[in-house]
Amino acid sequence: MEYFLELFFGGLTRGSIYALIAIGYTMVYGIIQLINFAHGEIYMIGAFTALIAASALSIEGFGGWSLLVLAGFIAIVYSAAYGFTLEKIAYKPLRKASRLSPLISAIGMSIFLQNYVLLAQTSDFLPFPPLIEEFSFLEQVTVMRSSELLILSVTAVSTALLTLFIKFTRMGKAMRAVAQDKTMAMLLGVNVDRVISVTFIIGSTLAAIGGVLISSHIGQINFYIGFIAGIKAFTAAVLGGIGSLPGAVLGGMVLGWTESFATGYVSSDYEDVFAFGLLVFILIFRPAGILGKSTAEKI
Amino acid sequence: MPYGRRAPITQKGGKILRSFGVALWFMFLTFPIMVIKISPLEKNIEWRWGRMIYVGAGAFVLSLLWRYVIEQKRGPIPKEEADPLKVDTKDTGWNRGGSHSLQERLAIFFHKNKKFRILTFTGLFFIIAAFPFVFSTYQTSIIITALMYVMLGLGLNIVVGLAGLLDLGYVAFYASGAYFYALMNHHFGLGFWAALPMAGALAAIMGLLLGFPVLRLRGDYLAIVTLGFGEIIRLVLENWNEFSLGPSGIARIDRPGTLGIDFDLRDHTVYLYYIVVVLVAFTIIVVSRLRNSRIGRAWIALREDEVACQAMGIDKTKTKLTAFALGATWAGFVGCILAAKTTFINPASFTFMESAIILSIVVLGGMGSIFGIILGALVLILLPEYLRAFSEYRMLVFGASMVIIMVFRPQGIIGGTRKRHEFHVKEPTGEKP
Amino acid sequence: MDFGGLRALEKVDLYVAEAEIVAIIGPNGAGKTTFFNCITCVYQPHRGDMIIYPPGKASKSLNGLKPNTVTEMGIARTFQNIRLFKEMTVLENVMVGRHCRTRAGIAGAILCTRKTIREEQETLEFSYGMLRKVGLEKQTNEKASDLPYGAQRRLEIARALATEPFLLLLDEPAAGMNPSETAELDELISRIREEDGISILLIEHDMKLVMNISDRIYVLDYGHLIAEGTPQQVTGNPEVIKAYLGECFDA
Repeated sequence: MEYFLELFFGGLTRGSIYALIAIGYTMVYGIIQLINFAHGEIYMIGAFTALIAASALSIEGFGGWSLLVLAGFIAIVYSAAYGFTLEKIAYKPLRKASRLSPLISAIGMSIFLQNYVLLAQTSDFLPFPPLIEEFSFLEQVTVMRSSELLILSVTAVSTALLTLFIKFTRMGKAMRAVAQDKTMAMLLGVNVDRVISVTFIIGSTLAAIGGVLISSHIGQINFYIGFIAGIKAFTAAVLGGIGSLPGAVLGGMVLGWTESFATGYVSSDYEDVFAFGLLVFILIFRPAGILGKSTAEKI
Repeated sequence: MPYGRRAPITQKGGKILRSFGVALWFMFLTFPIMVIKISPLEKNIEWRWGRMIYVGAGAFVLSLLWRYVIEQKRGPIPKEEADPLKVDTKDTGWNRGGSHSLQERLAIFFHKNKKFRILTFTGLFFIIAAFPFVFSTYQTSIIITALMYVMLGLGLNIVVGLAGLLDLGYVAFYASGAYFYALMNHHFGLGFWAALPMAGALAAIMGLLLGFPVLRLRGDYLAIVTLGFGEIIRLVLENWNEFSLGPSGIARIDRPGTLGIDFDLRDHTVYLYYIVVVLVAFTIIVVSRLRNSRIGRAWIALREDEVACQAMGIDKTKTKLTAFALGATWAGFVGCILAAKTTFINPASFTFMESAIILSIVVLGGMGSIFGIILGALVLILLPEYLRAFSEYRMLVFGASMVIIMVFRPQGIIGGTRKRHEFHVKEPTGEKP
Repeated sequence: MDFGGLRALEKVDLYVAEAEIVAIIGPNGAGKTTFFNCITCVYQPHRGDMIIYPPGKASKSLNGLKPNTVTEMGIARTFQNIRLFKEMTVLENVMVGRHCRTRAGIAGAILCTRKTIREEQETLEFSYGMLRKVGLEKQTNEKASDLPYGAQRRLEIARALATEPFLLLLDEPAAGMNPSETAELDELISRIREEDGISILLIEHDMKLVMNISDRIYVLDYGHLIAEGTPQQVTGNPEVIKAYLGECFDA
């Protein structure tokens, strides 16, 4: 039972990170129908910036929670800036092009950003300092680590905030309008460019949060982490039904649990096979994902 | 933020100011990653301020250039005219639909000048034939790789370019072809020539196997499932040691049989070069014939509108499956060639990146255009090879060029290929069927 | 036929005789297009039968077939929101319509067998003939999406005719056309019936066109058939007036 719970929370943690990244995919997809392949790199850049900031700040004498908060904040600012710039350079000029062109541009951006970090920093795995302090009340608990609890709560809070943002603010309304019909929203005076920028900034912010937390939890990073996390998160987004926020979270969790239990009970070699196998299996029975609505086309 | 305002800038000062803003933005953006170098083991950091100046200067110049090219692209003519033949009288720039009309003009030129056409093709033929004797084995080997990607691109083009099914797991078929030959050769000593058609057939069957479950999926769902399929195949190859010999791969695969004549490495390369050239020619013929056939039209109709396609009496299922199977066949062929060329394969050759590169060839070259795909493959494969001079920067430049080509030529290097179809149409005169 | 809780069509009995032009009219949302979608098996109706009596062949039920099989059996349609293959040329669009009447396979296409070449030539000539019929022979090589609206509608008809149907379903063929284009369409539809003996079932809001060419008219409202008969009978029917103009008209 203890082992089960350990796997359960491990999967939940992993799932939370997938969910945080998947939200970025799903929001961008919902608004401009683009698979933002470079999204994983934003997550990686977030993790790297946090590492760099934490290293610099700890030399300046920062430590403990203030270090996590400061490094996290810097990482968020930079990831958001990268996400914003990425959209302006690689996607905005392609808004009227066929659907595949921005996809290739995204793949190119992904390669570029990976190599940019590789060249400017290093190709080795770097140790990531454990920025998350241990909670004293979890000392007796063996099935869950402090960092896992923090990741879960941060994910819960940020998704809740995002849901409120989309539901109640002006910008949230504009986002939903643009997702439904870009041209009509534009005609009604919505600044579509700004909505798209905000979408990228929000997605990047969440990716950065995920990047900082999971890196601190795992303890090492390199330039390639974004690629794998990106593909997994995209899988999660599709699993849940792309374009749907609760879908992204649910998809992330399902994927996290699948991987965790498959690793724990079957074999760690086939972890990814289970993840993708599950995806194929679910899509065969629900072609639009778990929570996705299959929209009947008007003929 | 430098991109915040959208007012048109006409004065030179405004442009420079704006580029200055962009430069500042990029200096800020690249600050932590470019300037600070951490070495966590020694617990110290190194500040590389000099780089910030480079970034600033580089961003400034590139931003000016970027805006200049975009302005050129928009040009005085607001829209690409419907009649491509008229455009060339007002040719203003290389990238404002320029090649669209250039291509048209070339096609018409070729059509009219039969002598010139024959001359070009003979010239091309001799260049291709003489290539391995003029250039070194190394060069020939690179060209073989590029030609292999031409075939992969043309194969994937059937699925993505013609039938409009976004396949991100094409590498799975490539891998199955390669592993088929490698394993058959390893265990049973099967020769290259026997394995080649069988590898194609196996890949076609794999295409059908993938095709069945994904028939109902649309667009991006299809993309991610095919991606997952590709990854599953790779992971199985990596982990199922008893079957695939695991991550260490299979070595000492036989090169193509030569009827008992002893070949050294150079002879083998030249021999393989000719095999590949012939296969590429075969592929081009097949793909161009298919494209303008009843099947090809069904594929394109499927891509354009699934509902209307079915309403025209086209069996959606059958059409999708033939596209998957035929596309996969080529990956199977090329996989077999890869195994014979490198004599060693392992699962690391079949990552998602490989699929992404093949897809990029199709899209960069210009979807649906055979000539474009050949060009795309040559650019994408030869570019990193010849960029070896910049060794470590080559992938950086590679990624950046993908973005830049897409931004400035979203339709691919050679676009608008349906036009070419017209020249095959004979005008039936007068009669009524 | 139900969508969720909405009953879109209920008990619509309708027949079309050989070489007859029948119109379905009714207010927006009456279920006209849904009816077309049921006949062409885009939707599967929950109850009811669709039976065809192709000229010279045995009768067949359409229930549970795939849309492409329905087309093969001789029912072709056009769409309310034009659905052409935009990137293909005008001629190619019509050639796609020949798909189910031709047989060339992959091997034939690759090897360019004599049979395939002959078939391809026949397809070309037949398609060109169809374009002449609808008056688009000058635009054969233009991209379909470059045609003006009215021409796109005619191209859809040509494409549908290329499948050699015995029954042609036209979904609002005159929508968005100006009066002179509508007049041409009127003439075209009559010509199709006279020259090829094809039965035509059309949905249309343009009453002038409907009254001009229809032999009989069915009126749908909220998924129910409220009237049927010749144009004269239908125009006089109080139910129809009510459906179109509402109750207030009586008061």
